[in-house]
Amino acid sequence: MDASFEPKIIALVCNWCTYTAADLAGTSRLKYPANVRLVRLMCTGMIDVKYVIKAFLEGADGVFIGGCHPGDCHYINGNLKARKRIRSVGSILENFGFDPGRLTLQWIGASEGPEFARHMTEFVDTIKKLGPNPIKTRMIL
Amino acid sequence: MNREIPRIGVYVCHCGMNIAPQVDVEQVAGFAGRLEHVVVARDYKFMCSNPGQELIEDDIKAHNLNRVVVASCSPRMHEATFRKACQKAGLSPYNFQMANIREQASWVTADSGRATAKAKDLVAAAVRRVAFHHPLQTRQVEVNKSVLVIGGGIAGIQAAISAADAGYKVYLVEREPSIGGHMAKFDKTFPTLDCAACIMTPKTVIAGQHENIELLTYCEVVGLEGFVGNYKARILKKPRYVDEDKCTGCGTCMEKCPTRKIPSGFEENLTFRPAIYSPFPQAVPKTPVIDADNCRLLAKNKRCGVCAKFCEADAIDFNQEPRHLEITVGAVIVATGFSAFDPSPMVQYGYGLYPEVYTSLQFERLNNATGPTAGRILMKDGRVPRKVAIIHCVGSRDKNHLPYCSRVCCMYSLKFSHLVREKTGAEVWSFYIDMRSPGKLYEEFYNRVQAEGVHLVRGKVAMVTDIVDQPGSGNLTVVAENTLTGRNLRLPVDMVILSVGLQPARGAEEVARMTGISTDGDGWFTELHAKLAPVNTPTAGIFLAGCCQGPKDIPDTVAQAMAAAGQATALLAKGTVETQAEISSIDPDTCSGCRSCLEVCPYNAIYFDEGRRVAVVNDALCQGCGSCAATCPSSAAAVAQFNDRQVMAEIDAILA
Ligand SMILES: Cc1cc2nc3c(=O)[nH]c(=O)nc-3n(C[C@H](O)[C@H](O)[C@H](O)COP(=O)(O)OP(=O)(O)OC[C@H]3O[C@@H](n4cnc5c(N)ncnc54)[C@H](O)[C@@H]3O)c2cc1C
Ligand code: FES
Repeated sequence: MDASFEPKIIALVCNWCTYTAADLAGTSRLKYPANVRLVRLMCTGMIDVKYVIKAFLEGADGVFIGGCHPGDCHYINGNLKARKRIRSVGSILENFGFDPGRLTLQWIGASEGPEFARHMTEFVDTIKKLGPNPIKTRMIL
Repeated sequence: MNREIPRIGVYVCHCGMNIAPQVDVEQVAGFAGRLEHVVVARDYKFMCSNPGQELIEDDIKAHNLNRVVVASCSPRMHEATFRKACQKAGLSPYNFQMANIREQASWVTADSGRATAKAKDLVAAAVRRVAFHHPLQTRQVEVNKSVLVIGGGIAGIQAAISAADAGYKVYLVEREPSIGGHMAKFDKTFPTLDCAACIMTPKTVIAGQHENIELLTYCEVVGLEGFVGNYKARILKKPRYVDEDKCTGCGTCMEKCPTRKIPSGFEENLTFRPAIYSPFPQAVPKTPVIDADNCRLLAKNKRCGVCAKFCEADAIDFNQEPRHLEITVGAVIVATGFSAFDPSPMVQYGYGLYPEVYTSLQFERLNNATGPTAGRILMKDGRVPRKVAIIHCVGSRDKNHLPYCSRVCCMYSLKFSHLVREKTGAEVWSFYIDMRSPGKLYEEFYNRVQAEGVHLVRGKVAMVTDIVDQPGSGNLTVVAENTLTGRNLRLPVDMVILSVGLQPARGAEEVARMTGISTDGDGWFTELHAKLAPVNTPTAGIFLAGCCQGPKDIPDTVAQAMAAAGQATALLAKGTVETQAEISSIDPDTCSGCRSCLEVCPYNAIYFDEGRRVAVVNDALCQGCGSCAATCPSSAAAVAQFNDRQVMAEIDAILA
């Protein structure tokens, strides 16, 4: 593992829960690694598979998806549709040569600031262990 | 398609000392100034202040800007502020984007250099994205001028009265046979020791008689759909088997009913009630209900019908069926309250094992003039207790049960101490962890009770047992440690009262799901903002009041109820709401007619136009969830403000 490797992670998060939890983590001044960039969406149900694939093809080292707990989706069941869709991306990623562990989907409720910070820390850790996005190394080669 | 060349202004906020100096705002503004299409980039101390907003407005005019990015706090905080500033200067409020560099960078990043780098990425993403923003259309739709209140405790009653007094129609739905909630069970209320019935009955009577309030007791909300200003609620009216219009409330049926041994829930199972019952004498409405599970005729199919025979008004109707009502309202106030913690799992306290161990709600009934002992504090054998122990924080502040403080238990325990002293002269030993009396006149009440000779012991009770050390000294022994003196204590007592904590009402998850309210880790409903929007929820037109949001006393509950009614009636008074702009549309030229969007839409907001063979979004029903957009194989469906180009632009810029 390259100690100097600082991954770049795209987080596609729901406005109603995970984005709000991130705000709460901020208000509570919880510290977590600066590797994650949040993209705010209205619901995980609007996440198109192509956003995830595009992120990886453009060099994201990891993609984090954060939605409402089952039953809590602001739009009834967008989160469950997202889960189904995201499961199907796993095999596509493998075909492209990406470790499916680079993509994760988690439920983080609006009041779960500490959980948000913990998930960010853990995911950054996971990605650090997996190393840089293979696309980037291939390009360098 | 819009072909104008973007001219973007970027404004980086210091937020006093909240963003700067942790994020090097000057560096971020300098960086922004070099991004494509950016015409002007500045940093300023407080962007949300009037001069900050004027800076944007002046630049829009001076530099002919057609897009604006503000890098400051969360859009959940100030997006509306800056959109308005854009609008004032003649720019579409939708040609705006925020970069959240406070909650997501300065506040959460230990290293200043990395915080600055992250802020730059977030600004670049917002700039790249805003280039694809366009003005959006909205419509004004009329607001239905009525309110649905769910839950008829003091919170729901007060909210209903306030909204009805403002001139709006209110539907007050309560699942029990009568309104009043927990407060209806109390005799006295801290800190003033007001008689609960004396202050509550006038409210229940007004709620029952108000020309603008329709009481829907013994009813439940089983469905809610729609959006702010236009919610449709489906209400289940459970059969009472008594015709509300005919019943005079004389009570003869309850006297004559031969089934008498049913534990009374209202009396906390301290006594029994008949199969046809009204929870308490001053119940509103006074129409009784037949408990179908215990009625001889309805449950056991036996020949009975005694109540019907004696009913002079001919009000008994064994053939009533559950009915469904549909109502349309502009706003919803959720006031479903709490339920008391059940102490049975805490076996060390002996609840359910020893007859003289009571919960606090049972004690409220024991002390109540209309309760099983007509307000005399008596043991089950009819004797007056000589020594009473009160245990605070039962279930509360306990990681295994309720991790939080239930806020009212210290105060009601003090109330109990006073009442026991006053009514029986018994010795009172009150065991607390910390004494919490923050509230107007609360500390004074604490001092008063202390002066009345109550033994206040700081320490947790380890166990209540029926092993008696000295015969004749009491039937129970309380084993505790006094943490102030460090001494262990074995106290013989006659009666133990468990001051149980508060937890969300039974069925609260169901209500949360139906109304789209989220809950915190403990199950309480979450308000939009902990400080600044305490009765609002993320869903416009849905408000909270009372203990459903968290444990609180009656004064706070009533204040919240009035606030919720104020918010709801403000919405109704305005008369119209602007429709959401961020909704889906389907490009008919790209739509292949595959209909996959119809299947995923949770609102049935998409229909298929057979003539053109394309899917069409009904913009009155669409909520903008984007399920269709994510599913559409031809990329014909898109949510305004979250279309592929906008989202991809953000991703692109971050990874550039
Ligand atoms: C033992 C005890 C003593 C107390 N003493 C005092 C005191 O002396 N002074 C004081 O200030 N505070 C006191 N409190 C606190 C007080 O009880 C609360 O502040 C108050 O009752 C909160 O009112 P509420 O309307 O929010 O909730 P509740 O009283 O719980 O009312 C909620 C109502 O909603 C109904 N409901 C629930 N779910 C649904 C549903 N899905 N559909 C329809 N209806 C539903 C319930 O049946 C109930 O009628 C005491 C609390 C306890 C436990
Ligand atoms: S609204 Fe949060 S995942 Fe659907």
